[in-house]
Amino acid sequence: MSIGMKEVEHVANLARLALSEEEKRLYAEQLGAILAYVGQLNELDTDGIEPTSHALALVNVLREDEERAPWPIDKVLLNAPDAEEGQFKVPAVLE
Amino acid sequence: MSLFDLRLQEIHNRFARKELSVSELVACSFDRIRQVEEKVRAFLTLDEEQARARAAELDKQLSDGGPRGLLFGLPGGIKDNIVTEGLRTTCASKFLANYEPIYNATVVERLNSAQSVTIGKLNMDEFAMGGSNENSAFHPTYNPWNTEYVPGGSSGGSAAAVAAGEVYFALGSDTGGSIRQPAAYCGVVGLKPTYGLVSRFGLVAFASSLDQIGPLTKSVEDAAYVLQAIAGHDPLDSTSARVDIPDYISALSGDVKGLRIGVPKEYVGEGVAPQVREAVFAALRELERLGAEWEEISLPHTRYAVATYYLVASSEASSNLARFDGVRYGVRADNPDNLIDLYRKSRSEGFGSEVKRRIMLGTYALSSGYYDAYYLKAQKVRTLIKRDFDKAFEKFDVIVGPTTPTTAFKIGEQVNDPLTMYLNDILTIPVNLAGIPAISVPCGLVDGLPVGLQIIGKAFDETTVLRVAHAFEQHTEHHKLRPQL
Repeated sequence: MSIGMKEVEHVANLARLALSEEEKRLYAEQLGAILAYVGQLNELDTDGIEPTSHALALVNVLREDEERAPWPIDKVLLNAPDAEEGQFKVPAVLE
Repeated sequence: MSLFDLRLQEIHNRFARKELSVSELVACSFDRIRQVEEKVRAFLTLDEEQARARAAELDKQLSDGGPRGLLFGLPGGIKDNIVTEGLRTTCASKFLANYEPIYNATVVERLNSAQSVTIGKLNMDEFAMGGSNENSAFHPTYNPWNTEYVPGGSSGGSAAAVAAGEVYFALGSDTGGSIRQPAAYCGVVGLKPTYGLVSRFGLVAFASSLDQIGPLTKSVEDAAYVLQAIAGHDPLDSTSARVDIPDYISALSGDVKGLRIGVPKEYVGEGVAPQVREAVFAALRELERLGAEWEEISLPHTRYAVATYYLVASSEASSNLARFDGVRYGVRADNPDNLIDLYRKSRSEGFGSEVKRRIMLGTYALSSGYYDAYYLKAQKVRTLIKRDFDKAFEKFDVIVGPTTPTTAFKIGEQVNDPLTMYLNDILTIPVNLAGIPAISVPCGLVDGLPVGLQIIGKAFDETTVLRVAHAFEQHTEHHKLRPQL
């Protein structure tokens, strides 16, 4: 099975990846092969089978809503590519 | 003979008798690294100054007397997807090439409490995605048994460093076999604990429902010690289990009389190299000599495990890796047109091709219109795979087979064939899907390359898994073999 270029572009956009034309072709081919392989799961009848999202069935792990010491700002910004006035700086979000 | 060939207890006895200092033991690590690291390339970052300072502190504590931690003075390496405060942590990705964590992973805190000495950060496949360590953005790691061969992955650096005698123990992580497969390829012990036994806080997430941290060591006893130090509930990890932690070390009784072993026919059939199969059957005969019994069983959904895993793991990865956006840490592209462009360019610059491939696969499998057919379907097959194990464990104490279908392959042999690479994990993957524990122990050599025996146990039954592995190990000579570097 193959995936079309349009499909590859759509998925790349969702994944926030910028792919070169060559990468798009490569992934279309490789993903096509992988998807063909995983298609074998359709051989199995899974009607009425509950999905397993976690091997350990934990539910609603909560803690008390107690205030804890926050990280100091200088630590939080330690690896920031760009920062100003104690905040992360990014390109404009709004026009 | 290296100091690292001494049993842990013997090292601790020598510390107590003042015949050995921590500084000497740590120096042993760095000497060995200087000797062999050029050929093995297991490390991404060495922390020599800090390690020697820590050794000096521990030596002072030795002379002052007082209680010592469980792993006192032992030099350890840590896979580079486990965060270490103030020590560069890269996940072997360009994206995090200069990332300096501001906190320690819980397992690192626990190693520090147990008083081991961190030597450095170990190479891996980028973001733990791979089975050969060739996906490291920086450089490959080489198998100490034959440096033309891969050490396995994604904890390739961890396995190689232990096999090469550069560290006494290492921590790795295992999502589809990433501790056990390199352990098998490198002739060392590798344990993946039950999901939830060891905290994932500070482990850079790949697939949250599958990832577990575990030890790589040269003996089962050492693995038991390291597990003892790191296992246990962590309030900082909401997926960590609230279970009592048994004494793993005293469980190593050497006794397997009456043990019931199941050997899945799917694990020893076509696709497994004949000599690997032979080594496994020889191991089973050894276990029989020790009083265990084995029988062929079937885990009928085994053949669907790789497909299930690649959908589940890639989907979870696509979500987990969304955080790498260039805003708060990591690579940030120059001159983006806008915010979305910043994300796109930073991620594309920072991620390698295997990572991008899995993000693409996972995003596709989760996207509208495909979610039911792919991700949800895989989750249901996961239930069937888990049920196969549940059923087998009604009659058997452990399940045994080879860890990998073949011994290590040559560097470069599979890089252009992702699907073949994925199939190397066919024997390890089902264990992660079911969330149960498994260990790989060396059980022989084929053409100079190690073979691993995999012992799989019930959830939270590490004591049985370790006991069986230890008994087998102590009655054979495989664990005494060392690569000639």
